[in-house]
Amino acid sequence: MYEKEKDLVDAFVRGTISRRSLIKSLGALGVTAGTAGMLVNMATTNAMAADFDWMKHKGTKLKLLLNKHPYADAMIANIENFKKLTGIEVAYDIFPEDVYFDKVTAALSSKSTEYDAFMSGAYMTWTYGPAGWIDDLNQYIKDPAKTNPMYAFGDFLPGVIKSCAWNGVPGGALGSADAKQWCIPLAYEQNNLTYNKRIFDANKLNVPKNIDELLDTAKAAKAVMKDGYGIGVRGSRSWATIHPGFLSGYSNFEQKDLNKDAKGKLTAAMNTPVSKEYHKKWVKMIQESGAPDWSTHTWYQVGTDVGAGKSAMMFDADILGYFMNGEGNKEAGNLAFSGFSANPAAKAPTPNIWIWAMAMSSFSKQKDATWYFLQWVTGPEHDLFGAQKMNLVNPARASVWADGAFRDKMTKSYAGYVEMHDTSAPGASIKFTPQPLFFDLTTEWASTLQKMVAKEVPVDEGLDKLAESVNKQLADAGL
Amino acid sequence: MAQSLSAMFDKMTRQFKFKISRRWLPYLLSLPALLTCIGILIPFFTAVAYSLQRFRLSQPAGRRWNWGENYLAFFNDSSFWNTLKVSVTYAVLTVVIELLLALGIALLLQKRSRVNNFVSIMLLMPLMTAPALAALMWKLMTNPGFGILSYFVKVLGMPNFNWASDPQTAMFTVVLVDVWVYTPFIMILLLAGLRSLPPQPFEAAALDGVPRWFVFWRITLPMLTPYMLTATLFRAIESIQQFDIIYAMTQGGPGDRLTVFQVEAYLNFFQSTNVGRSAALMMILWALTYFLSNLFIKNWLRLRERARGEA
Repeated sequence: MYEKEKDLVDAFVRGTISRRSLIKSLGALGVTAGTAGMLVNMATTNAMAADFDWMKHKGTKLKLLLNKHPYADAMIANIENFKKLTGIEVAYDIFPEDVYFDKVTAALSSKSTEYDAFMSGAYMTWTYGPAGWIDDLNQYIKDPAKTNPMYAFGDFLPGVIKSCAWNGVPGGALGSADAKQWCIPLAYEQNNLTYNKRIFDANKLNVPKNIDELLDTAKAAKAVMKDGYGIGVRGSRSWATIHPGFLSGYSNFEQKDLNKDAKGKLTAAMNTPVSKEYHKKWVKMIQESGAPDWSTHTWYQVGTDVGAGKSAMMFDADILGYFMNGEGNKEAGNLAFSGFSANPAAKAPTPNIWIWAMAMSSFSKQKDATWYFLQWVTGPEHDLFGAQKMNLVNPARASVWADGAFRDKMTKSYAGYVEMHDTSAPGASIKFTPQPLFFDLTTEWASTLQKMVAKEVPVDEGLDKLAESVNKQLADAGL
Repeated sequence: MAQSLSAMFDKMTRQFKFKISRRWLPYLLSLPALLTCIGILIPFFTAVAYSLQRFRLSQPAGRRWNWGENYLAFFNDSSFWNTLKVSVTYAVLTVVIELLLALGIALLLQKRSRVNNFVSIMLLMPLMTAPALAALMWKLMTNPGFGILSYFVKVLGMPNFNWASDPQTAMFTVVLVDVWVYTPFIMILLLAGLRSLPPQPFEAAALDGVPRWFVFWRITLPMLTPYMLTATLFRAIESIQQFDIIYAMTQGGPGDRLTVFQVEAYLNFFQSTNVGRSAALMMILWALTYFLSNLFIKNWLRLRERARGEA
């Protein structure tokens, strides 16, 4: 590198000049934006190495288990920098999401030492943690000898990082003082509205602000769409049907899945009058304006339908809208975003979130080296790289959301996305009660919802039966 | 001297080899079967052991032997009885429809000709498709937005026919996919059976001017019964253990309309990590399969003996 360019980049990494000044000065020296990004990345790597013995585990070989996802793509795109920084070799297996968690369960339950770390959802750690399959990462985070001083653990968005920490007690609050940090977020998804601005503008539809308006707008949208439908929400017989839009709206009415009594016993909480009213509206919305084959819809159908202009909007993961607004989709550039408070009395949206995080296998033979990888891949530099250069959206760190270049990129192509995030982030967290029967009970909830939509059971009766079954299962499990 | 030593060594080696082989040969010959048996029995008895435990991976501290509790719990578990009902309904519907269809097709293709041979090969194509892929293909064809089959039913005046996503038509849809995939399997077995039947009874019937329906009911069908039983046995065992078509199309939904044994056990293990219940479900499925196999094999043997004039 020429001295002038090197001095400029080093000054930027030290924080003595702004990004704008750096790009301007490098531009004057004839350096393109792409090359500038590469130089900054190299300089950041060097700066990180200066303050911490990254080479301590040089020569170690790690193996990762990854899900096929843009977050994994960002990791792989930047992995050479990690290898250069630490001298650690990294191999990985990537599996599609349909089979990914089966592979994780098989590897961990067999106590396989093959994988040192893996991608996980936060919900999954409620199984993996108590089973003794993953390590509490607090022991590394709190050890200054093992953690880079620039790691900035406090930089994670509070609702997101707390959602990855649980004390293992059924019903225990996420992120409590005695919580174990089972995983660390790579990035996360809020559940909000993604709507087709072209369809909305052409038909003078307003962006709905609460559940009643959502029903009306979805119905009006369906009426004007020839072969499409009003609103996309998930419907397959899976826990994944409950966690996105449905639970985000539900929790906005301050409703819960389970109650915890003074003795710590859990009981069903989904058959309250408010919950029944919310369920009725949700069921009516799907019957009137949802996809005809709603009961088979996973995130994939919900996303692709809005991207293809088959649905006017969706109440699902914001990043699904982000990807559907990109190149290769029929409605690219037409999608816009809005925070959504189902409850007219609520002050702000309270989206339930999905987190893709990294966890460490308890059966790893090289845990310290694995922690080096985990702190690098969840560190501020990689998060910024992923957010700016790749599709690591939504980044889990506040500093990345404050980064001008990232905000500019988002604002330019994704109308309302940054505002939606800023409005929703304070209330964004996991709204479920952490407990070992999470998948059983939530799948049964989805199955009951399917029966209600199919008019096989009235909402009131369905929820009472569900609550009865949930209470029986909790009691049988000693919870 | 050297020659005599060599001859003596050869003789000793031959004797030694002979003794070794005589003594160990039976064990050596049965060793592959023994190893295979062990390979099958270890997982089987592990599953039996798991089914007798309260064993949930997410609650390792609660793991203990509960002996028959997992099985006893099924008696008061409406979801278990639903699973049993759905599994048996699915198996009966698929086997009966496939058998009738395959018999009809085999009768049509019975006569050897170039066209019939070509058609029978073409009809085998669905059997070469992996069932999960076939299910995804049908999922696309029945998509209400762009599926060709959805288009046809709309043309026929049924715009709200929602295939697997409607509880009323979900079973029909998955049975249809199963029939599409597996009818050729029964057809090829029955066709082979039909073409191998001795010609004499048919020639005698033709000489006597016996009506064709009488020939079918009194000669063809009884002689073909062992083939039909064999095909039914294979298909019944496979149908009652159905997983891929149903899971790929609906994951057992809508509601619990299609929660057959394998889907329920799979979800219990991989999603709920409830190993005890999952293993108990699989043991019940094993017992059902064992019962069906015994039933068919006993009948098959009885028919064979009758055909030989021994019964």
